[in-house]
Amino acid sequence: MLRYTIRRLVQGVITVWFIATATFLAMHMVPGDPLSGEKATSEQIRANLEAKYGLNQPIGTQYLIYLGNIAKGDLGISFTQKNREVNDIIREHFPVSAALGILAITFAAIGGILLGALTALYRNKWPDAAIMLLVILGISVPSFVFAAFSQLAIVKLNALLGFSLLPVAGWGTVSHMIVPSLVLGLGTMAYLTRLMRSSMLEIVNADYVRTAHAKGLPPTRVFSRHQLRNAILPVVTVLGPAIAAITTGSFVIELVFAIPGLGRYFVQAVQQLDYTVIMGTTVFYGAFLVLMVIIVDLLYGFVDPRVRVD
Amino acid sequence: MTETPLTSPGMLPPDAFAPMRGTVEGHAITRPSLSYWQDAWIRLKANWRALFSLWLIVAMLAFVLVGPLVWRVDPAAQDLRQVSSAPGLARSAIIVAPFTAGAEEPPVPANRGLHLAAPPTTQVVRLVWQPVSGAADYLVYRNIVPVTPGKAYGLPLGNTMSASTTHYDDQLDLDPQTYYYTVIPVDADGRRLQEPDTIKVAVKSAITLAEAQERGLVGANDTPGVGDRVTLAWHPLGTDYLGRDMLARLMQGGRASLFIGLVAPLLYVMLGVAYGSVAGFIGGRVDQVMMRFADFVIALPFLLFMILLKVAFGIGPGESGIMPMIVAMVILLWPGTARLVRGQILQVREEGYVEAAKLLGARTSYIMLRHMIPNTLGVILVTLTFAIPSAIFTEAFLSFIGMGVAPPEASWGSMSNDGIKTMLTHPHELLFPALMISVTVLAFNLLGDGLRDALDARMRSRG
Repeated sequence: MLRYTIRRLVQGVITVWFIATATFLAMHMVPGDPLSGEKATSEQIRANLEAKYGLNQPIGTQYLIYLGNIAKGDLGISFTQKNREVNDIIREHFPVSAALGILAITFAAIGGILLGALTALYRNKWPDAAIMLLVILGISVPSFVFAAFSQLAIVKLNALLGFSLLPVAGWGTVSHMIVPSLVLGLGTMAYLTRLMRSSMLEIVNADYVRTAHAKGLPPTRVFSRHQLRNAILPVVTVLGPAIAAITTGSFVIELVFAIPGLGRYFVQAVQQLDYTVIMGTTVFYGAFLVLMVIIVDLLYGFVDPRVRVD
Repeated sequence: MTETPLTSPGMLPPDAFAPMRGTVEGHAITRPSLSYWQDAWIRLKANWRALFSLWLIVAMLAFVLVGPLVWRVDPAAQDLRQVSSAPGLARSAIIVAPFTAGAEEPPVPANRGLHLAAPPTTQVVRLVWQPVSGAADYLVYRNIVPVTPGKAYGLPLGNTMSASTTHYDDQLDLDPQTYYYTVIPVDADGRRLQEPDTIKVAVKSAITLAEAQERGLVGANDTPGVGDRVTLAWHPLGTDYLGRDMLARLMQGGRASLFIGLVAPLLYVMLGVAYGSVAGFIGGRVDQVMMRFADFVIALPFLLFMILLKVAFGIGPGESGIMPMIVAMVILLWPGTARLVRGQILQVREEGYVEAAKLLGARTSYIMLRHMIPNTLGVILVTLTFAIPSAIFTEAFLSFIGMGVAPPEASWGSMSNDGIKTMLTHPHELLFPALMISVTVLAFNLLGDGLRDALDARMRSRG
């Protein structure tokens, strides 16, 4: 287990290094340089500035400095916000995105597993049809449309009730989190429901399920201990990529609901061409996602004893 | 079959050793044999959802390709007479005489509260009220919802700045709808003197003769008089916040959305097929290195790099970039297909029928054409069908955050982005593009499901 963990971590570090390199190269393809936006730079000032930021160095040296800084955990300073480090921006805004993401993934996983199991139990009856219709909707409607129309629904609901039941946008209290996280998790939930359904249907006729029934176990126990436990495995496998989808999907949700998360900050940085923030956030997100996939893979060993590695 | 009667065991007649004559009727194939694709097509036709989706996609393509030939309205033309108008039949307007603020006779206040001096039109709403004693100034507000105690008065239009002026001509951005006007008399210190008066005004659409002629709404020889009605340009699906025809824009936007949605997956699936089959064929160390590289590209956070690449191509926000979007998708999304195809090739290579073909002396090219490609094509086709909706989603997402298609070009994603700003007052501007995206994505998803069921028995979804 320990050896496997170490191997995965080393692989993860290599992947992050690859992401950092790709980011560096992509940003060096950008025409112009960070200083071309500065006002009134004479040749001398420009040369001084280039020397200060190491921009007069050959690209190889710049790359090494960049990697060194990342290794030290220093992601640079924002170009558009004076005296603001990328680290500060991440420290301030990532917890918001993380809270939103955790709520969304919890909702998506629990909802997906339960709904998927339900469709398999009521196969070809009306609950199956109804849930699968919702799933098709969840897969086909973009999240920003859900976000916009849920906002519209909140406005109408509040107007109907005469008081503000749920806030339309913003961040701060638990009530602010409910609707955005539901909307954010919806697409993933639809996907997990579909996966859970086919995985449940596959094992409904498995030998061990029949044996459990035959030896007289109550159906609820067969369902919870034998069917659910085994059908969950494929769902756990895709949880890593699902976390990635939810984290990057939160850009739009944060934009629509005016949530001060890192995703919204990233979009803002892109719109203002704030290169260091774009690069820093990309590397940070990349590292975070790699870590999440490793954690999910390690957890998988605990959920499924058959794949436990030693 | 010719019967050869046996007399008794052990005693065979001599003619038993003569060669048998006649025909042997074995298992005759009575029905025409079906190729893999014919069989798949029959199975697809049995799936009404897939078939319906197929027709829906055809209809959608016809809508964006043939539509603009039928509905010849310039998608960029602004109809400022009808901004953010709701979908419906053609609207009409009353011909009115030209009006210039200040040049007109000020209306005479009647001996009553706030009232209208003339029928309210989109050209001007003329408010007039009786003087309030002690008032130094009157503030005029306009709202689109009823003004109730405790609620806001709405948009502050202006003030009269004198005690003697007790009328106000509103010409600010009037739409043919109901407004609620409020006039608040204040004294020299700005204190409110009495409960403000509010009236409800149903504004009628109006147009001057000169403008109607300029827009071609009336014939050159036609001279309708003041008070006559003319029919305005028809916008079946309404207009957006700049007065552009929604139907024409949906057609134009659909071209961009579907172009990206179809071309990008086609290209990256092709790249993935080439990469994956090369890796699968050569195998060994080359395969190892190639797949390790694919794994790294998969690990890149896709949307972040998508945006990063667009920035790297020098396509800043607010610039239209269909090509960079396609290039970025091709660079980032091929490894999924490559992995799948490689797996498929490795699997097919070990199949009995390939071994058999080799034993029978088939050339590599024959095995490729006859066995490898037909057996992987199904999987590739299914991948492609599922790649299309996700590419349409990606385009919509990028345009939505302002990194995709930018004005004056339109896409369904950028139209949704525009529509979300006016969502509360004019939901149709968001609803239509959102509906187009959803229906297209739904159709491709259902078709993909159907194709998967029809093409590959092993991948058939249960239930």
